Amino acid sequence: MRSNVTNYELIAPTSLDAALQILADSPDRYTPIAGGTELMVALGAGRLQSKKLVSIWNLEELRFIEVTPDAIIIGAGTTFTDIRQHPVIANEFSILSHAASWTGSIANQNRGTLGGNIVNASPAADSPPALLAYDAELTLVSTRGPRTLPYCDFHLAYKETALEPDELLYSITILRNYSSYKSYIRKVGPRNAQAISKVALAVLARKDNGHIPSLIQDIRIGAASLREYPTRLAAAEKSLTGKTITTETIAAARAAVLTEARPINDIRSTAKYRATVAANLLEEFLHTL
Amino acid sequence: MASTPQIVGRSPLRKEGAAKVLGRAQYVDDIILPGMWFGATVRSTIPRGRITSIKFDPTIPWHEFTIVSAADIPGENTIVHLSKDHPCLAVSHVNHAEEPILLLAHPNRSVLPAAVAAVHITYEELPAIYTIEDSEKKEQIIWGEGEQANTFKTYLMQKNQVPIPDEIWEKAGFIVEGEYRTGAQEQLYIENNGVIAEYSATEGVTVRGSMQCPFYLVHALSLVFNLPAEKCRVIQTETGGAFGGKEDFPSVIGSHAALLAMKSGHPVKLCYDRAEDMAATTKRHPSRTRHRTAVSKDGKLLAGEIDFALDGGAYATLSPVVLSRGTIHAPGPYNWPYITVRAKAMATNIPPHGAFRGFGAPQSIFALERHMDKIAKVVGLTPEELRRRNFLSTGDRTATGQLLSDPVDMQHLLTRALEESNYHAKRAEFDRENPTSTIKRGIGFATFFHGAGFTGSGERRLNSLVEIELTPEGLPRILVSSTEFGQGTNTILCQVAAQTLNVPYDQVLIAQPDTNHVPNSGPTVASRTAMIVGKLVERAAQSFLDTLAPFLSSRTLSEADWGKGSAVSSDAAPNYTPKDFRRAAQRYLAQHGSLKSEARFESPDNIFWDDETYSGEAYPAYAWAVHVAEVAVDTTTYSANVTNFYTVQEVGKVLHPILAAGQIEGGVAQGIGYALYERCLWHNGHLANNQMTNYIMPTSADIPPIHVTFEEVPSPHGAYGAKGIGELPMDGPAPAILNAIEHATNIAFTEIPLLPEDIFERMTLIPNAGAESLDPAVAGPIFSEATA
Amino acid sequence: MTTIQLTINNHEKTIEAPPMKRLLDVLREDLLLTGAKEGCGEGECGACAVLINGELVNSCLVPILQAEGAEITTIEGLVIDEKLHPIQRCFLEEGGAQCGICTPGMILATHHLLEKHPQPTLLQIQEGLNGNLCRCTGYMRIFNAVQQAALAGAAK
Repeated sequence: MRSNVTNYELIAPTSLDAALQILADSPDRYTPIAGGTELMVALGAGRLQSKKLVSIWNLEELRFIEVTPDAIIIGAGTTFTDIRQHPVIANEFSILSHAASWTGSIANQNRGTLGGNIVNASPAADSPPALLAYDAELTLVSTRGPRTLPYCDFHLAYKETALEPDELLYSITILRNYSSYKSYIRKVGPRNAQAISKVALAVLARKDNGHIPSLIQDIRIGAASLREYPTRLAAAEKSLTGKTITTETIAAARAAVLTEARPINDIRSTAKYRATVAANLLEEFLHTL
Repeated sequence: MASTPQIVGRSPLRKEGAAKVLGRAQYVDDIILPGMWFGATVRSTIPRGRITSIKFDPTIPWHEFTIVSAADIPGENTIVHLSKDHPCLAVSHVNHAEEPILLLAHPNRSVLPAAVAAVHITYEELPAIYTIEDSEKKEQIIWGEGEQANTFKTYLMQKNQVPIPDEIWEKAGFIVEGEYRTGAQEQLYIENNGVIAEYSATEGVTVRGSMQCPFYLVHALSLVFNLPAEKCRVIQTETGGAFGGKEDFPSVIGSHAALLAMKSGHPVKLCYDRAEDMAATTKRHPSRTRHRTAVSKDGKLLAGEIDFALDGGAYATLSPVVLSRGTIHAPGPYNWPYITVRAKAMATNIPPHGAFRGFGAPQSIFALERHMDKIAKVVGLTPEELRRRNFLSTGDRTATGQLLSDPVDMQHLLTRALEESNYHAKRAEFDRENPTSTIKRGIGFATFFHGAGFTGSGERRLNSLVEIELTPEGLPRILVSSTEFGQGTNTILCQVAAQTLNVPYDQVLIAQPDTNHVPNSGPTVASRTAMIVGKLVERAAQSFLDTLAPFLSSRTLSEADWGKGSAVSSDAAPNYTPKDFRRAAQRYLAQHGSLKSEARFESPDNIFWDDETYSGEAYPAYAWAVHVAEVAVDTTTYSANVTNFYTVQEVGKVLHPILAAGQIEGGVAQGIGYALYERCLWHNGHLANNQMTNYIMPTSADIPPIHVTFEEVPSPHGAYGAKGIGELPMDGPAPAILNAIEHATNIAFTEIPLLPEDIFERMTLIPNAGAESLDPAVAGPIFSEATA
Repeated sequence: MTTIQLTINNHEKTIEAPPMKRLLDVLREDLLLTGAKEGCGEGECGACAVLINGELVNSCLVPILQAEGAEITTIEGLVIDEKLHPIQRCFLEEGGAQCGICTPGMILATHHLLEKHPQPTLLQIQEGLNGNLCRCTGYMRIFNAVQQAALAGAAK
């Protein structure tokens, strides 16, 4: 334990409004802490820069899953266990359910939140690829009121997001539009469990079966660890939309992945491995269509 | 009368087991002593250089701290292992990153990290070397001089001390060459290194902590403090895993804590966190082995030249012994008409490497068993047939000239292992299915042996002593320095004693290893405990029984009969009950006050070892084994998984089936990690992945079913015929797995750890795509953080 | 410093501690419940696992303030009337513990698993325990212990 905990302040407001007021009022930056699976690691390692923290753990305004006829709205404070246990998510948003199932261990899933996973903005995070594929929409709140933006516009640069200093991520909305899509998600890590991904791909595709052979009407590919933040592979999507699956289109899709992927060499894997495996994953999916 | 109940060979509940499952076992960090302070270590941030200044940042209230430097050492500034090259604290120079320079102590644990960071040390950096090759070049001399520059130790082992005649090479059917490498491996015991030390001017030093060898620490302390051994008391606390990582290292951390205790006047707890333990303590020696083998047209080994090199890190520590075991195991369980092994341990500017289960044998056996599959391919034989044509057998001589007089049947073990694993059918099935599958499956095996006990004259030098005393309640209590750290030492030694004494297992006790109370039964290493120490316990128990015999007779004895020879002969069936035993014990105590029997190691007459020529009886006994690995290589992700694993081993008497199987399973799991997952990533001599997040150890989701089959050929040297098994399972997995991967992919990988990035590079032939490129420096600082 | 009320092993406790003090350290230092261990300090090894309101959690990642009002179960709380809990007994009998340092967390993870899946498949066992690293056993006998505990009807 490399930090002196007496140097840290943590307050736990009992409502979302109180938390937002703290973020708005305080000239010093209060860092929100939810389940702590990220920030407490930094504390233990002596790397937690912020000395003032505000707990948003278990605020009922943030920890909910609401189902409407058109959409599912997941509170940012929802844990991965909550997500895994929800029948609508399991049935209609299976790639998000899968992503939750391999986020850390069971113990970490009981504390880690979807909001934390998004806001922490790691390029290797587990849920963003699925959320990108689902075209998730984020609702952010502050004392100035709520605003929404598409999740694909949330990440601006490495670990830099559109979240203002006085804002909290409130909820993630996904439309219930995907029952006719085929889905695929695969995470490649150094071992079968408790792993930070080297590369991951989440894909949704809808075919037009009226056409013979069927062609891809719509395809969304969310990726982890191919850029400095989670991204959609737009060039690969473009190369496949309106096309049938042939050796040529697969090759073109692979080539598109290799151009738009800009992974790095780091402590976990190499750029070339990540890029090629990403192309392999996409090809693996295309063969199932 | 009553027949002796079987205790040895059964699986009674472990002596130390209940405390563990209850969470009541007290590991060193669970212990608090009154007035205890906490310690921390200030370490070098560079791999090699001269210290030019040490400044203490004025923001810290240094008067609250105790600060220890080398100048405070009362005795020698050395951590003695086999030589005295290893400083206890650096003085003017450092030779590896994380080298200890100063020690700090304070009553409040939480202020120490900031204090450590507030000690500003400047250096004049010197060029550092990190590989065996750079060490061999001797452009930078970082250790020793002249012939011994950068070279901790060399061995030349030649069968019959005869070099290989030239005509062997000239007339060989084939000459097969190969080079094989293994990386460092972190022991990753779940409990980090830790100790609590106390000092008193009158009593001396007391250190308690997590360790394998209390008397090694006694020796180290006696030099550091210039105190006789009797004034250096060491107590082993419950130890949460060791695997060799707590064999030599406690001499370092124990000396440090004791110095802080001395200077502060308080007990001092010094426990590392994971990051420090991984960065600063010993690892398995990386290795490079070069084979050159002459083989006849029909696959008989004619001669072998083996160059075996280890990276020892910055100081010698145990490198000479690791090198020794690696050297002796390099030829494997085969008949070599001629063999020359040239071995060396080289110095690099990496934190010193040390003991890790297997101790050199996993390295050289990896190379050999990979090379045997290569030879098979070249000659045109199956891997199985090549082994069968060359196995050692009863009556043969090993490469050191040792006569194998105990029965050895590798042919049978191999047959059994291949049958149990369904090897042939699977091999055919995978050959059929692989061409049309994205998952390539393979099956491969390794055949090997592992010597139990210290090499050669080592056991004679250890001169181990075991005692059994009678408690006031009339129960026998075993006194040994052998430590329990998961393998069940306490349990098996009590089983042996109980069996010999013919008393229930529950009524035999064993004392906590406290060097004030127990004799030196040697270190708990080298797979020697069941065999060597167990045998001594058996003998001490027999001697105990002989002493007690006059009191055990069922006849009514007159006073004059006592002491007149044994009423119970050791050969007769025991004719007393446990109650009789207790009564006899208490009567003995009433008359004599105490009873203590002992047994000291006696070197068997037929064990002879020559350190000069490296020939003779290298080990009193060997365990023999075959490991079969099934793998699946996913060509989408280039990941290799072990999907099934079979082990067949002949280990002498199995004292406790559950514990024994647990040793094999745990060793195989570590071997799987060694082969496919565990990479030490060094960056300028620093371990860059010194966290559990980034040092990948297999989880429960990564380990295949592990099948364990024992065969038993009792050895006369071990308790009830037991031989050693602790390290044996570490030798087989890596070569078996890579042999299987070669079957699956037709690619001959020669280096471990074998990561998906390496498989990717070879499969796709994209240059520089392999795991050598796992270099955070290339990426830039933003991606070198610890977590995602 | 802050004052926190919580229930530990069915006993109500009041703790005075810095709000960011890790639950692990409160258990070990303030309450002298040393069954939970620190193996890594980053939520990877599971040696610090406890149950918070019945959910398995790595206590090295929980600031004590967030445990206000919670019911915590540690390994010390698993014993039933001074007798071994069936899971503990099965670990002992099956050789599921070697050095024992991972055992408290492993047993709590098992308890948590069996509450959710009283008759777990091997795959469910592997998943349920995938956050608890064991370096000694190779997991085989841990799986056996869990299966035996399931047969013994260990889920209360």
